[in-house]
Amino acid sequence: MRWITVFLNSSIGKKIIVSFTGIFLCSFLVVHLSGNFLLFRNDAGEAFEVYSHFMSTNGIIRFLEIGLALGFILHIFNTLRLTLENKKARPVPYAVYKPSENSTLTSRSMFYSGLLVLAFLIIHLNTFFVTHRVIGTDVTMYESVVESFKSPVYSWFYIFAMLLLGLHLNHGFQSAFQTLGMNHKKYTPLIKFLGLLFSIVVPAGFATFPVYFLFFHQ
Amino acid sequence: MKLTLKIWRQKDSKSKGDFSTYELESVSPDMSFLEMLDILNEKLISQNIDPVAFDHDCREGICGSCGVYINGRAHGPKRGITACQLHMRSFKDGDTIWVEPWRAKPFPVLKDLVVDRSPLDRIMQSGGFISARTGSAPDANAVLIDHDTAELAMDAAACIGCGACVAACKNASAMLFVSAKVSHFALLPQGHPEREARVLNMVAQMDKEGFGACTNTGACEAECPKSISITNIARLNREYLKASFK
Ligand code: SF4
Ligand code: FES
Repeated sequence: MRWITVFLNSSIGKKIIVSFTGIFLCSFLVVHLSGNFLLFRNDAGEAFEVYSHFMSTNGIIRFLEIGLALGFILHIFNTLRLTLENKKARPVPYAVYKPSENSTLTSRSMFYSGLLVLAFLIIHLNTFFVTHRVIGTDVTMYESVVESFKSPVYSWFYIFAMLLLGLHLNHGFQSAFQTLGMNHKKYTPLIKFLGLLFSIVVPAGFATFPVYFLFFHQ
Repeated sequence: MKLTLKIWRQKDSKSKGDFSTYELESVSPDMSFLEMLDILNEKLISQNIDPVAFDHDCREGICGSCGVYINGRAHGPKRGITACQLHMRSFKDGDTIWVEPWRAKPFPVLKDLVVDRSPLDRIMQSGGFISARTGSAPDANAVLIDHDTAELAMDAAACIGCGACVAACKNASAMLFVSAKVSHFALLPQGHPEREARVLNMVAQMDKEGFGACTNTGACEAECPKSISITNIARLNREYLKASFK
């Protein structure tokens, strides 16, 4: 069994875990986003309530939730380890350093965009998950959503976080495939294109909710 | 050309280094960067100042020893060349040029611009070889290799072990170097007997030396004097994954 610990502690092993969980978390974004579109139904949140009730009570979903939490934990834990090791590998910085000549800012700031998305995630979980599922409240989920997004501070913060998520996904999506060893002259351009599309469409999709409730919802 | 040079001076690996400023006049645009340093050193010797130590050997881009960081870029501002292939015409009259050694924990500075790159040698020793039959030479073309694969292997084999990939990477990762070596052997039938052991050992040695891990920024590929592609890093990951789970 030693090979497993060797693999998990190797630089490439850790990278592979980060990529794998990253792709898994992308699939979660799709599910989350499609469910949220029920907010746009003109039924005073009826359909959305049924959906959120189902999501919080269904046994299979509760079970998948554990996997999701694990996905986040492994993704964050391994990036933290890698980032610390990477920082250690260059103790003396260059006096003159021009990384913009050889790489993109998005690819170099994955740790920071990730950190800000994490900060958003914690606040987001606190507003909805903790209030409704841990503490418990009489307010419905739909009312909570409307209430939160009525606050311009919260809405703009949400939009800003989605921008960062977009930047994170912009590099992360295609990078995950590269790390998993999938680089091929026929498919890589397609993966890069899909990654670009994903990093625009998904965060923009999420950003429609604060925009809708802030400006268009009566 | 008249130039101001800011060059990293460090007595030995234990001393603390700093930048020294030198003015150099009548530099010819046709000189190579190393020739310019030669002129500077002659001037320093005539003034009884210790000349600037820098690595060099072939001076034609094939040995990989001349790596220095020039104005914030590995091997200077041009792509696909080494410092010895860089000409002074890439700079302007009156320019200030910063020259620093490679910066990475596994590459300690020995003196001035010279760093110890033996970690790359130790990675090679851990797996960068093949078993070959001794005795009479084998028949030419006895082992058939299709053209495209041979080209890919030759592209990977072009790596000269200069360490610019490590130097340019924000994580000081050596994965482009290791991936070039692993790919070169994995693509050819001669490399197959040690295929799995090679990648496992080379990656283990790479980690042990304290290099960082790749975050796919692509800086290495852009700064590599031999334009080694990061598709090799994907192949390295693939090889490592396969060998680990086999
Ligand atoms: S991969 Fe390129 S930059 Fe890295 S050591 Fe080889 S030749 Fe130098
Ligand atoms: S001196 Fe040999 S590559 Fe520059």
